[in-house]
Amino acid sequence: MMLLPSWGLYPKVQNQASQALESRFASLPLPDSTILPRGLGRSYGDSCLNNGGTLICSNYLNKFISFSSETGLIRCEAGVTFEDVIKLAVPKGWFLPVTPGTKFVTVGGAIANDVHGKNHHKSGNFGNHVTQFELLRSTGERLLCSRNSNPELFKATIGGLGLTGFITWAEFQLIKIDSSWVDQEQIQYHNLNDFFAIAEESEENFDYTVSWVDCVSSSDVRGIFIRGNFANAQSEDNFKLHKEKSLKNVPVFLPEQTLNRFSIRAFNELYFHKNISSHKAGLVHYEPFFYPLDSIHNWNRIYGKRGFLQYQFVVPYKNDAGAALNEIFQVLKKSQMGSFLAVLKTFGNLQPEGLMSFPKEGVTLALDFANYGDSLLKVLETCDSIVRSANGSVYPAKDARMSKQSFSTFYPQIESFEKHIDPKFSSSFWRRVR
Amino acid sequence: MKKILIIGATSAIAQEVAKIYATQKHELILWGRNSQMLTAISQDLTVRGASKVSVIAHDLNDFSRHEEFVTNIWKDSKTIDIALLAHGVLGDPRKAETTQSELFKLLNSNFVSHASLLAFISTEMIHQGHGTIAVISSVAGDRGKQSNYVYGSAKAGMTAYVDGLRNRLFKTGVHVLNLKLGPVDTPMTKDHKKGPLFGKAPQVGAGIVTAIEKKKNTVYLPFFWRYIMWIICSIPESIFKKLSL
Ligand SMILES: Cc1cc2nc3c(=O)[nH]c(=O)nc-3n(C[C@H](O)[C@H](O)[C@H](O)COP(=O)(O)OP(=O)(O)OC[C@H]3O[C@@H](n4cnc5c(N)ncnc54)[C@H](O)[C@@H]3O)c2cc1C
Repeated sequence: MMLLPSWGLYPKVQNQASQALESRFASLPLPDSTILPRGLGRSYGDSCLNNGGTLICSNYLNKFISFSSETGLIRCEAGVTFEDVIKLAVPKGWFLPVTPGTKFVTVGGAIANDVHGKNHHKSGNFGNHVTQFELLRSTGERLLCSRNSNPELFKATIGGLGLTGFITWAEFQLIKIDSSWVDQEQIQYHNLNDFFAIAEESEENFDYTVSWVDCVSSSDVRGIFIRGNFANAQSEDNFKLHKEKSLKNVPVFLPEQTLNRFSIRAFNELYFHKNISSHKAGLVHYEPFFYPLDSIHNWNRIYGKRGFLQYQFVVPYKNDAGAALNEIFQVLKKSQMGSFLAVLKTFGNLQPEGLMSFPKEGVTLALDFANYGDSLLKVLETCDSIVRSANGSVYPAKDARMSKQSFSTFYPQIESFEKHIDPKFSSSFWRRVR
Repeated sequence: MKKILIIGATSAIAQEVAKIYATQKHELILWGRNSQMLTAISQDLTVRGASKVSVIAHDLNDFSRHEEFVTNIWKDSKTIDIALLAHGVLGDPRKAETTQSELFKLLNSNFVSHASLLAFISTEMIHQGHGTIAVISSVAGDRGKQSNYVYGSAKAGMTAYVDGLRNRLFKTGVHVLNLKLGPVDTPMTKDHKKGPLFGKAPQVGAGIVTAIEKKKNTVYLPFFWRYIMWIICSIPESIFKKLSL
């Protein structure tokens, strides 16, 4: 049995211990090996793995500390999940300021990857909304970090991949909502120019934008653009919560062949045409809008035991994002390695709070691939080189394979970041890229 | 709004029970030893909606103060609708076989302290004429086995005590509930290998709340332990004594 794998189930770790921090007041366990904080393991690759070392789990740090339903300022322990926050906040008219595509992440994990969501163009990353947190270092020091207190460590820890110390609790600002429903529009697009046009037109009036893209169809790049805003008060169901439990689960690993070139293509074909008309509008609950995948537990097992890889990059507009994207789409088409779920979105120009944060102004594409082995690694290396020449970067939270050279090109600020790393902390990812 | 007293309030299972009552806006009185943790828990419960949370930080094995503390709780609160006893320690079973201090620690923390507290709590409950007393016991009390019979015997003592107390209090309108828990994944069992039979604290917590609501006498949590223990208890002693359970 594999100990605490990452979401992509690749790479596999054989030799990894784990312990838990028992409370936010407890001292950090200091085994002989290196340590790495661990949330819910929703990072895809090896940034939440520590082969040969120990993971320090935050699952007992699940308490709220304070919450004001007047101001929406919330303080909680680092192992509190986004789902916990939603369950507390939505009935009182508040929502997460930024959320990734799953609510099964912890506050600590969200800070360490400085996660982004569908509202990046308006609200930036999660770290932009964090006001302060406590960082526990292996020296036993407890440092209060904010924009005023230990500001450098604050910046290094946001997006700091869990390497600067253990976040025990954090405080952040929620956003006000009038209902738990979203006014959503879906628009088909038939090529990249269309996509850029719709994105530009949508950014001002829509808080949330994202698009699903079909990159296996033989025609041009096509997809469905989804945009929305939290709706005004609706009815007595105004602040309805998501259902707590879902019976859907992938109980076992599916055979490797389940997702092949043909099934992926068929899925994409169907998905594209699920909109009968080219434009559809309606009211949807926040759950399917933000967390479409959460209703199927363990969906990562559909890729089989070998696991799968995600690949997410951003390229700035300035360097002709369209050309770089087209080039990458061509590479993928030629390789015949289809992505089951591909997501295309624009990032805005809000300055991230973190030193090592991934997002920057431009366009981002996230793809997932069954683990085809070497041939896939070669294709992704080619993609990396395109991203490098376009001055873009690849997202560590979704990475399992980028080279040292790529990493230092994507993140030239590592030199100043490294000064803040706690000497006792390390990860499989860090040893690979550094 | 109910007033709920939780003794051993820092236990992970007690916390799950308290969270449910907090969301339902009830008032909670938490008694435990670690004042820092009690403060953290009371903050959490307040955020979750508890109408009021008060804490008592005092060692539960200081038996000489039990009567005073229990009397004071009732003086402050007038009535208590639910009293949940959730404290206990697993201790070191091997050490308890031969070391008196470990043996006494296990017996005191898992039986004597409960018996003593229940004596005073039941007096107050009888006086108010209603309420529920719920005690967290363990499936380990159903049959002594070599791996942890000291802990098990304390829990077995508690089972007999609780059954007798239920019988005695029946006509006073006070209900007494014995909760027999299988192993649960909590900090208490952090050094144990987790098999498929390990319960999850949130589910067990919800089970406790339901059992209290339904005025059950004895419940097994998770439920399948009723059947496992039924099998274990029906093994003839001539065979059982040869097993390494
Ligand atoms: C379906 C799905 C959709 C996703 N969508 C998005 C998306 O839209 N946008 C996006 O940005 N990401 C997305 N992600 C990635 C996910 O948001 C991040 O990987 C997130 O950081 C995972 O949080 P976690 O609690 O599982 O942390 P883990 O994966 O366990 O850990 C992540 C990092 O945080 C560190 N860490 C964890 N806890 C602490 C702590 N207490 N103190 C210090 N460091 C800590 C770890 O060391 C590690 O480096 C998605 C993931 C999934 C599975």
